[in-house]
Amino acid sequence: MLVHSVFFYFFSIIAIFSSLMVITSRNTVNSVFFLILDFISVGCLFIMVGAEFLGMIILIVYVGAVAVLFLFVVMMLNVAEQKQSWFIGKKSTHIPIGLIVSVLILLELLVVVGGWKYKDDLMSSSTLNLSDISNTHQLGLVMYTDYILYFQIAGVILLLSMIGAILLTFRQRKGVKKQSYFNQISRNPSSSIELKDVESNKGVKID
Amino acid sequence: MMEYLQILGSEVYKILFLLVPILVSVAMIVWLDRRVWGLVQKRKGPNVVGPFGLLQTLADALKYIFKEIIIPASANKAVFILAPIVTMTLALVAWAVIPMSEDLVLSDINVGILYLFAVSSLGVYGIIMGGWASNSKYPFLGAIRSAAQMVSYEVSIGIIIINVLLCVGSLNLKDIVLAQKELWYVIPLFPMFVIFFISALAETNRPPFDLPEAEAELVAGYQTEYSGMMYAMFWLGEYANILLMCAMGSILFLGGWLPIIDIYPINIVPAPIWMILKILFLFLLFALIKAIVPRYRYDQLMRLGWKIFLPFSLIYLVLTASFLFYFDKLPKGNF
Repeated sequence: MLVHSVFFYFFSIIAIFSSLMVITSRNTVNSVFFLILDFISVGCLFIMVGAEFLGMIILIVYVGAVAVLFLFVVMMLNVAEQKQSWFIGKKSTHIPIGLIVSVLILLELLVVVGGWKYKDDLMSSSTLNLSDISNTHQLGLVMYTDYILYFQIAGVILLLSMIGAILLTFRQRKGVKKQSYFNQISRNPSSSIELKDVESNKGVKID
Repeated sequence: MMEYLQILGSEVYKILFLLVPILVSVAMIVWLDRRVWGLVQKRKGPNVVGPFGLLQTLADALKYIFKEIIIPASANKAVFILAPIVTMTLALVAWAVIPMSEDLVLSDINVGILYLFAVSSLGVYGIIMGGWASNSKYPFLGAIRSAAQMVSYEVSIGIIIINVLLCVGSLNLKDIVLAQKELWYVIPLFPMFVIFFISALAETNRPPFDLPEAEAELVAGYQTEYSGMMYAMFWLGEYANILLMCAMGSILFLGGWLPIIDIYPINIVPAPIWMILKILFLFLLFALIKAIVPRYRYDQLMRLGWKIFLPFSLIYLVLTASFLFYFDKLPKGNF
């Protein structure tokens, strides 16, 4: 048990420290790196309580995909300069909005943690006996039987938001040359080469 | 407390027994790669140091160790030093779950394939960190290219893995291999094997998808500012990743440590040898492709990943699922 708790404190201290560093570090790229460290240590904590599937999914989805895109965006845009103008300039409309959002999140968390008392009632809707089968099987059995509707709805919401994001950022640029493989392959000398007799002192007009 | 120390000691011993052969085989594989490359181009390749040039990589490594490590003045020093370490560590750490035979595996976890997938998708960080921390244009462009490339091809690798998992019904690597006792998955899922192989090329930044370090346009991509041992670590990590992808391919599709046919003279050969032979076979394909295929253009690469591989593997997934469901062959699992 001793080693287990040592590991637990190790990962949780790293998680808390890095989440503090995310919001305090000056360099935005560094704060994304700390965010990644935070995700990894939370994933390790999940693995430690036996939720190995969830831990691995956190590593794959958040660290392997989401954080890469974060990093991508933060490196491409010069967020550090904008951050300065947001907080030092007079037009800091971001602080009230940020405050409202964070207060809302805090309230939601309080509701969830407060509702933990009624956890047994919430859990009893599942009729499965989940004792001696592996983590992934358990999740699959619950997700695709009792909660299939919620699962599908979550999928549809994700799909919708993806389509929405594509629609918002989609723009057709003019003057971009596109390669058409079909046209390239179906070309032959008779259709693409033409012989012309050029008259002296007149030249030839190419369109 | 003494107990824990003893357990720790035995684990360290096991890990060393895993890591040392991998590092040695990485060195050998670099030699093999250069040798195959040379032979295809009618050159001799490295053949001076040691018999057949086998010790060439060792000589190179010695050279790298004695070279000075130069850190650019405007680089972000901590991240710059961390980047090759991350690459190398991630490439080696994944080997913990690779089963070389039924009981020759360091850690036999339930979600083995997810672990492999997670670690290989983390590999992109070494490259991004290196490219960004160098604070120079070519490395940065290389890093950005590789981030987009690796994220795109991970998606299709993920769906290919789901294809295999549908047939197995378990995330455990051992179960995946044992499920192929009658038929290797390379036969029913052959198109997926081809796509997996090509995506593995893209995932490890091998030619024809070596755009992150495209020599002609980006100097050496994210490695431009690295020198000495740090460059060597990137290089070793890259080859360890290639070996890992080969091991993953042989576990998912070529039946891991299982012999080709289970009859008397063939099945005497010990299991790890079969595994090594399969990894070598896949690596030879990697090396040949490096020598014979020209580099893709960036838009072609993205088109291949998103418009061809992703829809095709999704359709194949639906086909596999329907086939298994219709013929009632879905794996039942152990519950």
